[in-house]
Amino acid sequence: MLIILISKIIGRMITRSPCKEFDSMIWNEKAECMSRDEIEELQLNRLQDVVQRAFDHVPYYNQKFTALGLSPEDIQSLDDINKFPFTTKDDLREVYPFGMFAVPRKEIIEVHTSSGTTGKPVVSGYTKKDLELWSEVMARGLTMMDVNEDDIIQNTHGYGLFTGGFGVHYGAQKIGATVIPISTGQTRRQIEIMKDFQTTIMIFTPSYGLYLAEVAHEEGLTTEDTSLKAIGFGAEMWTSQMRKEIERRFGVKAQNIYGLTEIIGPGVAVECQEQRGLHVFEDHFYPEIIDPNSTQVLGADETGELVLTTLTREGMPIIRFRTKDITTLRYGRCGCGRSLVKMDRITGRSDDMLKVRGVAVFPSQIEKALLKIEGVQPHYQIIVNRPHLMDELEVRVETSPEIFSDEVKEMVGIKNKIEDYIQNEIGLKVKVNLVEPKSIPRSEGKAVRVIDNRELH
Amino acid sequence: MKIKQISIFLENKKGRLWKALDTLAAYDINIRALSLADTSEFGILRLIVPEPEKAQEILIKNNFVVKIKEVVAVELSDHPGDLASVLKVLNDSDINLEYLYAFVHEKKDKAILLLRTDNLDQLINVLEKAGISLVPEEEVYHL
Repeated sequence: MLIILISKIIGRMITRSPCKEFDSMIWNEKAECMSRDEIEELQLNRLQDVVQRAFDHVPYYNQKFTALGLSPEDIQSLDDINKFPFTTKDDLREVYPFGMFAVPRKEIIEVHTSSGTTGKPVVSGYTKKDLELWSEVMARGLTMMDVNEDDIIQNTHGYGLFTGGFGVHYGAQKIGATVIPISTGQTRRQIEIMKDFQTTIMIFTPSYGLYLAEVAHEEGLTTEDTSLKAIGFGAEMWTSQMRKEIERRFGVKAQNIYGLTEIIGPGVAVECQEQRGLHVFEDHFYPEIIDPNSTQVLGADETGELVLTTLTREGMPIIRFRTKDITTLRYGRCGCGRSLVKMDRITGRSDDMLKVRGVAVFPSQIEKALLKIEGVQPHYQIIVNRPHLMDELEVRVETSPEIFSDEVKEMVGIKNKIEDYIQNEIGLKVKVNLVEPKSIPRSEGKAVRVIDNRELH
Repeated sequence: MKIKQISIFLENKKGRLWKALDTLAAYDINIRALSLADTSEFGILRLIVPEPEKAQEILIKNNFVVKIKEVVAVELSDHPGDLASVLKVLNDSDINLEYLYAFVHEKKDKAILLLRTDNLDQLINVLEKAGISLVPEEEVYHL
Protein backbone atom coordinates (compact mmCIF):
# COMPACT_ATOMS: atom_id res chain seq x y z
CA MET A 1 0.00 0.00 0.00
CA LEU A 2 2.76 2.37 1.01
CA ILE A 3 4.67 1.55 -2.14
CA ILE A 4 1.66 2.30 -4.29
CA LEU A 5 1.17 5.58 -2.49
CA ILE A 6 4.78 6.57 -2.96
CA SER A 7 4.76 5.66 -6.62
CA LYS A 8 1.60 7.72 -7.03
CA ILE A 9 3.25 10.72 -5.43
CA ILE A 10 6.34 10.31 -7.56
CA GLY A 11 4.11 9.89 -10.61
CA ARG A 12 2.46 13.17 -9.83
CA MET A 13 5.75 14.93 -9.31
CA ILE A 14 6.97 13.81 -12.67
CA THR A 15 3.86 14.98 -14.54
CA ARG A 16 3.57 18.12 -12.50
CA SER A 17 1.90 20.89 -14.48
CA PRO A 18 0.31 24.25 -13.65
CA CYS A 19 -2.83 22.33 -12.79
CA LYS A 20 -1.33 21.06 -9.62
CA GLU A 21 -1.75 24.44 -8.03
CA PHE A 22 -5.41 23.54 -7.97
CA ASP A 23 -7.04 20.91 -5.92
CA SER A 24 -9.12 19.15 -8.53
CA MET A 25 -9.09 15.87 -10.38
CA ILE A 26 -7.97 16.08 -14.00
CA TRP A 27 -7.99 13.09 -16.36
CA ASN A 28 -5.40 14.29 -18.84
CA GLU A 29 -3.36 17.14 -17.40
CA LYS A 30 -1.14 17.39 -20.43
CA ALA A 31 -4.06 17.99 -22.74
CA GLU A 32 -6.29 19.96 -20.44
CA CYS A 33 -3.79 22.41 -18.98
CA MET A 34 -1.69 23.43 -21.97
CA SER A 35 -0.71 27.03 -22.49
CA ARG A 36 -2.59 28.92 -25.21
CA ASP A 37 0.47 28.79 -27.47
CA GLU A 38 0.78 25.05 -27.08
CA ILE A 39 -2.91 24.49 -27.80
CA GLU A 40 -2.83 26.68 -30.87
CA GLU A 41 0.24 24.98 -32.25
CA LEU A 42 -1.38 21.58 -31.77
CA GLN A 43 -4.64 22.81 -33.28
CA LEU A 44 -2.89 24.17 -36.36
CA ASN A 45 -1.05 20.90 -36.98
CA ARG A 46 -4.23 18.92 -36.54
CA LEU A 47 -6.29 21.33 -38.63
CA GLN A 48 -3.86 21.01 -41.54
CA ASP A 49 -4.05 17.26 -41.16
CA VAL A 50 -7.84 17.01 -41.02
CA VAL A 51 -8.36 19.35 -44.00
CA GLN A 52 -5.90 17.24 -45.95
CA ARG A 53 -7.68 14.02 -44.99
CA ALA A 54 -11.09 15.46 -45.84
CA PHE A 55 -9.77 16.71 -49.18
CA ASP A 56 -8.11 13.40 -50.03
CA HIS A 57 -10.75 10.94 -48.86
CA VAL A 58 -14.19 12.59 -48.79
CA PRO A 59 -15.48 13.36 -52.31
CA TYR A 60 -17.97 15.86 -50.86
CA TYR A 61 -15.16 18.01 -49.43
CA ASN A 62 -12.89 17.48 -52.41
CA GLN A 63 -15.52 18.86 -54.78
CA LYS A 64 -16.53 21.67 -52.48
CA PHE A 65 -12.97 22.87 -51.82
CA THR A 66 -11.95 22.48 -55.47
CA ALA A 67 -14.97 24.49 -56.63
CA LEU A 68 -13.86 27.33 -54.36
CA GLY A 69 -10.26 27.09 -55.52
CA LEU A 70 -9.12 25.90 -52.09
CA SER A 71 -6.54 23.30 -51.22
CA PRO A 72 -5.25 22.01 -47.88
CA GLU A 73 -2.13 24.15 -48.31
CA ASP A 74 -4.30 27.22 -47.78
CA ILE A 75 -4.25 26.51 -44.05
CA GLN A 76 -1.14 28.34 -42.87
CA SER A 77 -2.55 29.69 -39.64
CA LEU A 78 -5.63 28.92 -37.54
CA ASP A 79 -7.37 31.98 -38.96
CA ASP A 80 -7.11 30.49 -42.44
CA ILE A 81 -10.00 28.19 -41.54
CA ASN A 82 -12.08 31.26 -42.35
CA LYS A 83 -11.52 30.66 -46.05
CA PHE A 84 -13.18 27.27 -45.88
CA PRO A 85 -16.92 26.70 -46.32
CA PHE A 86 -19.31 25.62 -43.60
CA THR A 87 -20.88 22.17 -43.39
CA THR A 88 -24.57 22.05 -42.52
CA LYS A 89 -26.86 19.28 -41.35
CA ASP A 90 -28.46 19.30 -44.80
CA ASP A 91 -25.07 18.73 -46.42
CA LEU A 92 -24.59 15.70 -44.20
CA ARG A 93 -28.05 14.39 -45.05
CA GLU A 94 -27.42 14.65 -48.75
CA VAL A 95 -24.62 12.13 -48.58
CA TYR A 96 -26.70 9.70 -46.49
CA PRO A 97 -25.80 7.12 -45.37
CA PHE A 98 -22.01 6.75 -45.63
CA GLY A 99 -20.96 9.59 -47.94
CA MET A 100 -18.94 11.47 -45.34
CA PHE A 101 -16.75 8.54 -44.34
CA ALA A 102 -13.05 9.15 -44.92
CA VAL A 103 -12.02 5.54 -44.49
CA PRO A 104 -13.16 2.28 -46.16
CA ARG A 105 -16.46 1.15 -44.62
CA LYS A 106 -14.88 -1.95 -43.10
CA GLU A 107 -12.77 0.28 -40.84
CA ILE A 108 -15.93 1.76 -39.36
CA ILE A 109 -16.75 -0.37 -36.34
CA GLU A 110 -19.78 1.50 -35.02
CA VAL A 111 -22.44 3.88 -36.33
CA HIS A 112 -24.87 6.22 -34.64
CA THR A 113 -27.48 8.56 -36.08
CA SER A 114 -28.86 11.94 -35.10
CA SER A 115 -32.20 12.11 -33.31
CA GLY A 116 -35.36 13.33 -34.92
CA THR A 117 -36.80 11.85 -38.07
CA THR A 118 -36.77 14.76 -40.52
CA GLY A 119 -36.14 12.96 -43.76
CA LYS A 120 -32.92 11.03 -43.49
CA PRO A 121 -30.89 11.14 -40.29
CA VAL A 122 -27.20 12.01 -40.17
CA VAL A 123 -25.03 8.93 -39.82
CA SER A 124 -21.86 9.18 -37.77
CA GLY A 125 -19.24 6.48 -38.36
CA TYR A 126 -16.54 5.61 -35.81
CA THR A 127 -13.27 3.80 -36.36
CA LYS A 128 -11.59 2.01 -33.49
CA LYS A 129 -9.50 5.14 -32.90
CA ASP A 130 -12.61 7.33 -32.94
CA LEU A 131 -14.13 5.23 -30.18
CA GLU A 132 -10.90 5.66 -28.22
CA LEU A 133 -11.16 9.40 -28.77
CA TRP A 134 -14.78 9.36 -27.61
CA SER A 135 -13.81 7.37 -24.49
CA GLU A 136 -10.99 9.83 -23.81
CA VAL A 137 -13.08 13.00 -23.99
CA MET A 138 -15.90 11.48 -21.94
CA ALA A 139 -13.38 10.21 -19.38
CA ARG A 140 -12.12 13.79 -19.08
CA GLY A 141 -15.68 15.03 -18.64
CA LEU A 142 -16.66 12.44 -16.05
CA THR A 143 -13.45 13.14 -14.15
CA MET A 144 -14.67 16.73 -13.84
CA MET A 145 -17.52 15.20 -11.81
CA ASP A 146 -14.87 13.49 -9.71
CA VAL A 147 -15.71 10.07 -11.16
CA ASN A 148 -13.08 7.41 -10.48
CA GLU A 149 -12.86 3.62 -10.50
CA ASP A 150 -14.76 3.36 -7.21
CA ASP A 151 -17.87 4.94 -8.67
CA ILE A 152 -21.13 3.37 -9.81
CA ILE A 153 -22.68 5.24 -12.73
CA GLN A 154 -26.37 4.91 -13.46
CA ASN A 155 -26.64 5.89 -17.10
CA THR A 156 -30.25 6.76 -17.95
CA HIS A 157 -29.34 8.01 -21.44
CA GLY A 158 -30.75 5.73 -24.12
CA TYR A 159 -28.53 3.05 -25.62
CA GLY A 160 -29.05 2.64 -29.33
CA LEU A 161 -28.59 4.84 -32.35
CA PHE A 162 -28.69 7.85 -30.01
CA THR A 163 -25.14 8.75 -28.97
CA GLY A 164 -26.02 9.66 -25.37
CA GLY A 165 -25.95 6.21 -23.80
CA PHE A 166 -22.78 4.91 -25.46
CA GLY A 167 -20.76 8.12 -25.03
CA VAL A 168 -21.18 8.09 -21.27
CA HIS A 169 -20.65 4.33 -21.22
CA TYR A 170 -17.30 4.47 -23.04
CA GLY A 171 -16.01 7.30 -20.85
CA ALA A 172 -16.99 5.52 -17.65
CA GLN A 173 -15.34 2.29 -18.77
CA LYS A 174 -12.19 4.14 -19.72
CA ILE A 175 -12.03 5.41 -16.15
CA GLY A 176 -12.86 1.96 -14.83
CA ALA A 177 -16.03 2.93 -13.00
CA THR A 178 -18.96 0.50 -12.80
CA VAL A 179 -21.65 1.30 -15.36
CA ILE A 180 -25.33 0.47 -14.94
CA PRO A 181 -26.56 0.69 -18.55
CA ILE A 182 -30.20 1.08 -17.57
CA SER A 183 -31.30 3.55 -20.33
CA THR A 184 -34.31 5.84 -20.01
CA GLY A 185 -37.65 4.77 -18.58
CA GLN A 186 -38.75 2.23 -15.97
CA THR A 187 -38.63 5.08 -13.50
CA ARG A 188 -39.55 3.05 -10.39
CA ARG A 189 -36.90 0.50 -11.28
CA GLN A 190 -34.39 3.33 -11.64
CA ILE A 191 -35.12 4.46 -8.11
CA GLU A 192 -34.91 0.95 -6.71
CA ILE A 193 -31.52 0.45 -8.38
CA MET A 194 -30.28 3.83 -7.20
CA LYS A 195 -30.94 2.69 -3.68
CA ASP A 196 -30.01 -1.01 -3.91
CA PHE A 197 -26.81 -0.56 -5.94
CA GLN A 198 -25.89 2.63 -4.07
CA THR A 199 -25.36 4.57 -7.29
CA THR A 200 -22.84 7.38 -6.88
CA ILE A 201 -23.24 9.14 -10.24
CA MET A 202 -26.50 9.76 -12.10
CA ILE A 203 -26.57 10.66 -15.78
CA PHE A 204 -29.81 12.04 -17.19
CA THR A 205 -31.51 14.74 -19.27
CA PRO A 206 -32.61 17.61 -17.02
CA SER A 207 -36.30 16.96 -17.60
CA TYR A 208 -35.97 13.25 -16.91
CA GLY A 209 -33.89 14.04 -13.83
CA LEU A 210 -36.62 16.24 -12.44
CA TYR A 211 -39.19 13.58 -13.17
CA LEU A 212 -37.05 10.96 -11.46
CA ALA A 213 -36.75 13.23 -8.41
CA GLU A 214 -40.50 13.60 -8.28
CA VAL A 215 -41.14 9.86 -8.42
CA ALA A 216 -38.34 9.23 -5.88
CA HIS A 217 -40.09 11.64 -3.55
CA GLU A 218 -43.40 9.80 -4.00
CA GLU A 219 -41.64 6.53 -3.23
CA GLY A 220 -40.33 8.05 -0.02
CA LEU A 221 -36.68 7.98 -1.09
CA THR A 222 -34.55 10.61 0.63
CA THR A 223 -30.96 11.71 0.04
CA GLU A 224 -29.99 9.66 3.12
CA ASP A 225 -31.02 6.47 1.34
CA THR A 226 -28.65 7.11 -1.56
CA SER A 227 -24.89 7.53 -1.97
CA LEU A 228 -24.96 10.09 -4.76
CA LYS A 229 -21.85 12.12 -5.36
CA ALA A 230 -22.54 14.00 -8.58
CA ILE A 231 -24.87 14.29 -11.56
CA GLY A 232 -24.05 14.67 -15.23
CA PHE A 233 -26.84 16.02 -17.40
CA GLY A 234 -27.22 16.90 -21.05
CA ALA A 235 -29.01 16.48 -24.39
CA GLU A 236 -31.52 19.24 -23.67
CA MET A 237 -31.69 22.97 -23.08
CA TRP A 238 -31.77 23.97 -19.45
CA THR A 239 -31.80 26.98 -17.17
CA SER A 240 -29.93 27.72 -13.98
CA GLN A 241 -33.22 27.38 -12.10
CA MET A 242 -33.56 23.83 -13.44
CA ARG A 243 -30.04 23.02 -12.33
CA LYS A 244 -30.69 24.47 -8.88
CA GLU A 245 -33.83 22.38 -8.57
CA ILE A 246 -31.99 19.20 -9.62
CA GLU A 247 -29.21 19.91 -7.13
CA ARG A 248 -31.67 20.68 -4.36
CA ARG A 249 -33.62 17.51 -4.95
CA PHE A 250 -30.64 15.16 -5.22
CA GLY A 251 -28.40 17.03 -2.80
CA VAL A 252 -25.33 16.97 -5.07
CA LYS A 253 -23.70 19.07 -7.78
CA ALA A 254 -25.02 18.73 -11.34
CA GLN A 255 -22.70 19.36 -14.28
CA ASN A 256 -23.59 19.83 -17.93
CA ILE A 257 -22.36 17.60 -20.76
CA TYR A 258 -22.53 18.93 -24.32
CA GLY A 259 -22.11 17.18 -27.61
CA LEU A 260 -23.74 16.33 -30.91
CA THR A 261 -23.86 13.26 -33.09
CA GLU A 262 -22.45 15.03 -36.14
CA ILE A 263 -19.24 15.76 -34.24
CA ILE A 264 -18.97 12.70 -31.97
CA GLY A 265 -21.82 12.65 -29.44
CA PRO A 266 -21.62 13.76 -25.79
CA GLY A 267 -18.12 14.82 -24.83
CA VAL A 268 -17.47 17.84 -27.04
CA ALA A 269 -17.52 20.01 -23.92
CA VAL A 270 -18.20 19.36 -20.23
CA GLU A 271 -18.63 21.58 -17.21
CA CYS A 272 -16.08 21.49 -14.41
CA GLN A 273 -16.91 21.92 -10.73
CA GLU A 274 -16.76 25.70 -11.07
CA GLN A 275 -20.04 25.37 -12.99
CA ARG A 276 -19.32 28.50 -15.00
CA GLY A 277 -19.24 27.21 -18.53
CA LEU A 278 -18.23 24.02 -20.30
CA HIS A 279 -14.61 23.25 -21.20
CA VAL A 280 -14.41 22.47 -24.91
CA PHE A 281 -11.92 19.68 -25.61
CA GLU A 282 -10.34 21.93 -28.18
CA ASP A 283 -7.36 19.70 -28.86
CA HIS A 284 -9.93 17.50 -30.66
CA PHE A 285 -12.77 19.87 -31.56
CA TYR A 286 -11.94 23.33 -32.86
CA PRO A 287 -14.62 25.86 -31.86
CA GLU A 288 -15.55 29.13 -33.58
CA ILE A 289 -18.40 31.54 -32.98
CA ILE A 290 -20.10 33.15 -35.96
CA ASP A 291 -22.86 35.64 -36.53
CA PRO A 292 -25.60 33.28 -37.76
CA ASN A 293 -26.89 35.86 -40.25
CA SER A 294 -23.73 37.28 -41.80
CA THR A 295 -21.63 34.14 -40.98
CA GLN A 296 -18.80 36.50 -39.95
CA VAL A 297 -16.51 35.02 -37.33
CA LEU A 298 -16.95 36.69 -33.94
CA GLY A 299 -14.35 37.12 -31.23
CA ALA A 300 -14.06 35.80 -27.70
CA ASP A 301 -16.83 36.89 -25.33
CA GLU A 302 -19.16 37.56 -28.26
CA THR A 303 -22.39 35.60 -28.53
CA GLY A 304 -23.26 33.74 -31.71
CA GLU A 305 -23.59 30.32 -33.32
CA LEU A 306 -21.09 27.64 -32.41
CA VAL A 307 -19.17 26.13 -35.34
CA LEU A 308 -17.07 23.01 -34.78
CA THR A 309 -14.33 21.24 -36.71
CA THR A 310 -13.24 17.76 -35.72
CA LEU A 311 -9.44 17.84 -35.54
CA THR A 312 -8.73 14.18 -34.96
CA ARG A 313 -11.68 12.08 -36.08
CA GLU A 314 -10.68 9.44 -38.60
CA GLY A 315 -13.97 7.93 -39.71
CA MET A 316 -15.85 11.12 -40.34
CA PRO A 317 -13.88 14.38 -40.36
CA ILE A 318 -16.20 17.39 -40.32
CA ILE A 319 -15.00 20.85 -41.30
CA ARG A 320 -16.79 23.87 -39.80
CA PHE A 321 -20.08 22.29 -38.81
CA ARG A 322 -22.82 24.79 -38.05
CA THR A 323 -24.32 23.53 -34.80
CA LYS A 324 -27.08 26.19 -34.74
CA ASP A 325 -26.50 26.35 -30.99
CA ILE A 326 -26.07 29.84 -29.56
CA THR A 327 -23.27 30.35 -27.06
CA THR A 328 -20.16 32.40 -26.20
CA LEU A 329 -16.51 31.34 -25.91
CA ARG A 330 -14.47 32.52 -22.94
CA TYR A 331 -10.70 32.13 -22.78
CA GLY A 332 -8.38 32.20 -19.78
CA ARG A 333 -7.33 29.73 -17.13
CA CYS A 334 -10.26 28.41 -15.13
CA GLY A 335 -10.45 28.17 -11.36
CA CYS A 336 -10.26 24.38 -11.80
CA GLY A 337 -6.81 24.69 -13.37
CA ARG A 338 -7.79 23.83 -16.93
CA SER A 339 -6.81 26.14 -19.74
CA LEU A 340 -9.32 24.75 -22.24
CA VAL A 341 -11.68 27.41 -23.58
CA LYS A 342 -15.10 27.52 -21.94
CA MET A 343 -18.42 27.88 -23.69
CA ASP A 344 -21.52 29.23 -21.97
CA ARG A 345 -24.61 27.14 -21.43
CA ILE A 346 -26.55 26.96 -24.74
CA THR A 347 -29.08 29.75 -24.60
CA GLY A 348 -30.87 29.28 -27.89
CA ARG A 349 -30.88 28.12 -31.48
CA SER A 350 -30.25 30.00 -34.68
CA ASP A 351 -32.88 27.89 -36.45
CA ASP A 352 -36.40 26.91 -35.42
CA MET A 353 -35.49 23.52 -34.00
CA LEU A 354 -37.09 22.60 -30.70
CA LYS A 355 -35.87 19.95 -28.34
CA VAL A 356 -38.79 18.16 -26.78
CA ARG A 357 -37.98 15.38 -24.34
CA GLY A 358 -34.50 15.30 -25.88
CA VAL A 359 -35.83 14.78 -29.42
CA ALA A 360 -35.19 17.35 -32.15
CA VAL A 361 -38.43 18.68 -33.64
CA PHE A 362 -38.72 21.10 -36.55
CA PRO A 363 -42.00 22.93 -37.28
CA SER A 364 -41.58 21.88 -40.92
CA GLN A 365 -42.06 18.26 -39.86
CA ILE A 366 -45.45 19.08 -38.36
CA GLU A 367 -46.40 20.90 -41.54
CA LYS A 368 -45.34 17.93 -43.62
CA ALA A 369 -47.52 15.60 -41.55
CA LEU A 370 -50.55 17.88 -41.85
CA LEU A 371 -50.20 18.16 -45.62
CA LYS A 372 -50.42 14.39 -45.89
CA ILE A 373 -53.99 14.42 -44.56
CA GLU A 374 -56.64 15.34 -47.08
CA GLY A 375 -58.60 18.46 -46.20
CA VAL A 376 -56.28 19.56 -43.42
CA GLN A 377 -54.88 23.06 -43.86
CA PRO A 378 -51.29 23.70 -42.79
CA HIS A 379 -52.47 26.37 -40.37
CA TYR A 380 -51.03 25.24 -37.10
CA GLN A 381 -49.30 26.33 -33.96
CA ILE A 382 -46.95 24.33 -31.79
CA ILE A 383 -47.12 24.84 -28.06
CA VAL A 384 -44.54 23.29 -25.77
CA ASN A 385 -45.33 23.11 -22.10
CA ARG A 386 -43.69 21.55 -19.11
CA PRO A 387 -46.64 21.32 -16.76
CA HIS A 388 -45.24 18.62 -14.59
CA LEU A 389 -41.51 18.36 -15.27
CA MET A 390 -42.01 16.49 -18.52
CA ASP A 391 -42.34 18.27 -21.85
CA GLU A 392 -45.69 18.17 -23.56
CA LEU A 393 -46.26 19.00 -27.16
CA GLU A 394 -49.57 20.45 -28.24
CA VAL A 395 -50.39 21.22 -31.84
CA ARG A 396 -53.30 23.51 -32.63
CA VAL A 397 -54.73 22.90 -36.06
CA GLU A 398 -57.33 25.08 -37.70
CA THR A 399 -60.49 23.26 -38.69
CA SER A 400 -61.56 23.51 -42.33
CA PRO A 401 -64.96 22.83 -43.94
CA GLU A 402 -63.39 19.72 -45.51
CA ILE A 403 -62.67 18.03 -42.21
CA PHE A 404 -65.60 19.38 -40.24
CA SER A 405 -68.36 16.92 -39.50
CA ASP A 406 -71.30 17.60 -37.24
CA GLU A 407 -70.70 14.34 -35.44
CA VAL A 408 -68.47 14.22 -32.38
CA LYS A 409 -67.09 10.77 -33.17
CA GLU A 410 -65.99 11.85 -36.65
CA MET A 411 -64.25 14.91 -35.26
CA VAL A 412 -62.48 12.88 -32.59
CA GLY A 413 -61.46 10.48 -35.38
CA ILE A 414 -59.90 13.32 -37.39
CA LYS A 415 -58.10 14.61 -34.31
CA ASN A 416 -56.67 11.15 -33.60
CA LYS A 417 -55.63 10.77 -37.21
CA ILE A 418 -53.72 14.06 -37.13
CA GLU A 419 -52.05 13.01 -33.88
CA ASP A 420 -50.97 9.71 -35.45
CA TYR A 421 -49.56 11.38 -38.56
CA ILE A 422 -47.55 13.86 -36.51
CA GLN A 423 -46.27 11.16 -34.18
CA ASN A 424 -45.15 9.18 -37.21
CA GLU A 425 -43.21 12.16 -38.50
CA ILE A 426 -41.50 13.32 -35.32
CA GLY A 427 -41.47 10.21 -33.15
CA LEU A 428 -43.16 11.90 -30.21
CA LYS A 429 -46.67 11.72 -28.84
CA VAL A 430 -48.56 14.97 -29.34
CA LYS A 431 -51.91 16.33 -28.33
CA VAL A 432 -53.84 17.91 -31.20
CA ASN A 433 -56.41 20.59 -30.55
CA LEU A 434 -58.76 21.56 -33.35
CA VAL A 435 -59.37 25.29 -33.38
CA GLU A 436 -61.58 27.64 -35.39
CA PRO A 437 -60.39 28.96 -38.76
CA LYS A 438 -58.19 32.06 -38.63
CA SER A 439 -57.91 31.78 -34.86
CA ILE A 440 -54.14 31.20 -34.95
CA PRO A 441 -52.50 34.61 -34.70
CA ARG A 442 -50.77 35.77 -37.85
CA SER A 443 -48.15 38.43 -37.95
CA GLU A 444 -47.54 40.05 -41.34
CA GLY A 445 -49.36 37.20 -43.00
CA LYS A 446 -47.08 34.62 -41.43
CA ALA A 447 -48.35 32.52 -38.56
CA VAL A 448 -46.56 32.47 -35.23
CA ARG A 449 -45.58 28.82 -35.34
CA VAL A 450 -44.10 28.05 -31.97
CA ILE A 451 -44.98 29.03 -28.44
CA ASP A 452 -42.46 27.61 -26.02
CA ASN A 453 -43.72 28.03 -22.48
CA ARG A 454 -40.82 26.21 -20.86
CA GLU A 455 -38.76 29.38 -20.33
CA LEU A 456 -35.51 27.77 -21.35
CA HIS A 457 -33.73 30.89 -22.50
CA MET B 1 -89.86 16.10 -44.59
CA LYS B 2 -86.18 16.77 -44.16
CA ILE B 3 -85.24 19.79 -42.13
CA LYS B 4 -82.07 21.74 -42.74
CA GLN B 5 -80.03 22.23 -39.64
CA ILE B 6 -76.82 24.25 -39.44
CA SER B 7 -73.89 22.76 -37.56
CA ILE B 8 -71.11 25.04 -36.34
CA PHE B 9 -67.67 24.10 -35.07
CA LEU B 10 -66.78 25.82 -31.81
CA GLU B 11 -63.55 25.77 -29.91
CA ASN B 12 -64.11 24.95 -26.28
CA LYS B 13 -63.13 28.45 -25.25
CA LYS B 14 -64.86 31.20 -23.34
CA GLY B 15 -67.07 33.41 -25.48
CA ARG B 16 -67.22 31.26 -28.62
CA LEU B 17 -70.88 30.23 -28.26
CA TRP B 18 -71.81 33.80 -27.54
CA LYS B 19 -69.86 34.99 -30.61
CA ALA B 20 -71.71 32.58 -32.91
CA LEU B 21 -75.13 33.49 -31.55
CA ASP B 22 -74.31 37.19 -31.48
CA THR B 23 -73.29 37.07 -35.15
CA LEU B 24 -76.69 35.61 -36.04
CA ALA B 25 -78.50 38.11 -33.82
CA ALA B 26 -76.77 40.97 -35.62
CA TYR B 27 -78.52 39.80 -38.81
CA ASP B 28 -81.89 39.33 -37.11
CA ILE B 29 -81.81 35.59 -37.40
CA ASN B 30 -84.04 33.97 -34.87
CA ILE B 31 -83.12 30.59 -33.48
CA ARG B 32 -85.92 28.01 -33.32
CA ALA B 33 -84.06 25.16 -31.70
CA LEU B 34 -80.56 24.61 -30.41
CA SER B 35 -78.38 21.78 -29.25
CA LEU B 36 -74.73 21.71 -28.24
CA ALA B 37 -72.55 18.64 -28.33
CA ASP B 38 -69.31 19.18 -26.49
CA THR B 39 -66.07 17.43 -25.65
CA SER B 40 -63.29 18.76 -23.47
CA GLU B 41 -61.65 20.32 -26.52
CA PHE B 42 -64.36 21.40 -28.93
CA GLY B 43 -68.09 21.71 -29.37
CA ILE B 44 -70.59 21.34 -32.20
CA LEU B 45 -73.48 23.77 -32.14
CA ARG B 46 -76.61 22.65 -33.99
CA LEU B 47 -79.29 25.17 -34.84
CA ILE B 48 -82.64 25.29 -36.54
CA VAL B 49 -83.24 28.70 -38.11
CA PRO B 50 -85.83 29.98 -40.64
CA GLU B 51 -83.26 30.60 -43.39
CA PRO B 52 -80.43 28.10 -42.93
CA GLU B 53 -78.54 29.04 -46.14
CA LYS B 54 -78.49 32.68 -45.21
CA ALA B 55 -77.32 31.88 -41.68
CA GLN B 56 -74.58 29.65 -43.07
CA GLU B 57 -73.34 32.38 -45.37
CA ILE B 58 -73.21 34.92 -42.55
CA LEU B 59 -71.34 32.58 -40.25
CA ILE B 60 -68.79 31.57 -42.90
CA LYS B 61 -68.16 35.26 -43.59
CA ASN B 62 -67.37 35.58 -39.90
CA ASN B 63 -64.79 32.76 -40.01
CA PHE B 64 -66.90 29.95 -38.61
CA VAL B 65 -66.80 26.46 -40.05
CA VAL B 66 -70.41 25.61 -40.86
CA LYS B 67 -72.21 22.70 -42.48
CA ILE B 68 -75.82 22.18 -43.35
CA LYS B 69 -77.10 18.79 -42.28
CA GLU B 70 -80.58 17.36 -42.65
CA VAL B 71 -82.62 16.06 -39.75
CA VAL B 72 -86.14 14.73 -39.33
CA ALA B 73 -88.70 16.31 -36.97
CA VAL B 74 -91.26 14.25 -35.13
CA GLU B 75 -94.21 15.58 -33.19
CA LEU B 76 -94.96 14.10 -29.80
CA SER B 77 -97.65 14.82 -27.32
CA ASP B 78 -95.94 16.29 -24.29
CA HIS B 79 -96.53 13.19 -22.14
CA PRO B 80 -94.34 10.78 -20.22
CA GLY B 81 -93.32 7.76 -22.31
CA ASP B 82 -93.86 9.29 -25.72
CA LEU B 83 -90.18 9.77 -26.48
CA ALA B 84 -89.43 6.25 -25.33
CA SER B 85 -92.06 4.85 -27.66
CA VAL B 86 -90.46 6.55 -30.66
CA LEU B 87 -87.07 5.21 -29.66
CA LYS B 88 -88.53 1.73 -29.34
CA VAL B 89 -89.68 1.91 -32.96
CA LEU B 90 -86.15 2.83 -34.05
CA ASN B 91 -84.63 0.16 -31.89
CA ASP B 92 -86.97 -2.50 -33.29
CA SER B 93 -86.01 -1.47 -36.82
CA ASP B 94 -82.32 -1.55 -36.00
CA ILE B 95 -81.79 2.14 -36.68
CA ASN B 96 -78.81 3.74 -35.04
CA LEU B 97 -79.25 7.40 -34.12
CA GLU B 98 -76.35 9.74 -34.53
CA TYR B 99 -77.96 12.28 -32.27
CA LEU B 100 -81.29 13.77 -31.26
CA TYR B 101 -82.60 16.75 -29.41
CA ALA B 102 -86.04 17.87 -28.37
CA PHE B 103 -87.89 21.02 -27.48
CA VAL B 104 -91.41 21.99 -26.51
CA HIS B 105 -93.74 23.60 -29.03
CA GLU B 106 -95.31 26.35 -27.00
CA LYS B 107 -98.37 27.08 -29.16
CA LYS B 108 -99.57 23.53 -29.58
CA ASP B 109 -98.54 22.07 -26.26
CA LYS B 110 -96.56 19.48 -28.18
CA ALA B 111 -92.96 18.34 -28.08
CA ILE B 112 -90.80 18.31 -31.20
CA LEU B 113 -88.08 15.75 -31.55
CA LEU B 114 -85.23 16.25 -34.05
CA LEU B 115 -83.47 13.11 -35.20
CA ARG B 116 -80.35 12.43 -37.25
CA THR B 117 -79.24 9.10 -38.72
CA ASP B 118 -76.95 8.37 -41.63
CA ASN B 119 -79.89 7.20 -43.74
CA LEU B 120 -82.72 9.68 -43.38
CA ASP B 121 -84.96 8.12 -46.05
CA GLN B 122 -84.98 4.84 -44.18
CA LEU B 123 -85.73 6.71 -40.96
CA ILE B 124 -88.70 8.55 -42.52
CA ASN B 125 -90.00 5.29 -43.89
CA VAL B 126 -89.88 3.52 -40.55
CA LEU B 127 -91.46 6.43 -38.68
CA GLU B 128 -94.30 6.74 -41.19
CA LYS B 129 -95.03 3.03 -41.06
CA ALA B 130 -95.24 3.21 -37.30
CA GLY B 131 -97.77 6.02 -37.61
CA ILE B 132 -95.60 8.63 -36.00
CA SER B 133 -96.36 12.09 -37.32
CA LEU B 134 -93.55 13.98 -38.97
CA VAL B 135 -93.45 17.76 -38.91
CA PRO B 136 -93.00 19.50 -42.28
CA GLU B 137 -89.98 21.80 -42.60
CA GLU B 138 -91.95 25.02 -43.01
CA GLU B 139 -93.65 24.41 -39.70
CA VAL B 140 -90.36 23.74 -37.93
CA TYR B 141 -88.64 26.82 -39.37
CA HIS B 142 -91.49 29.03 -38.20
CA LEU B 143 -92.36 27.57 -34.85
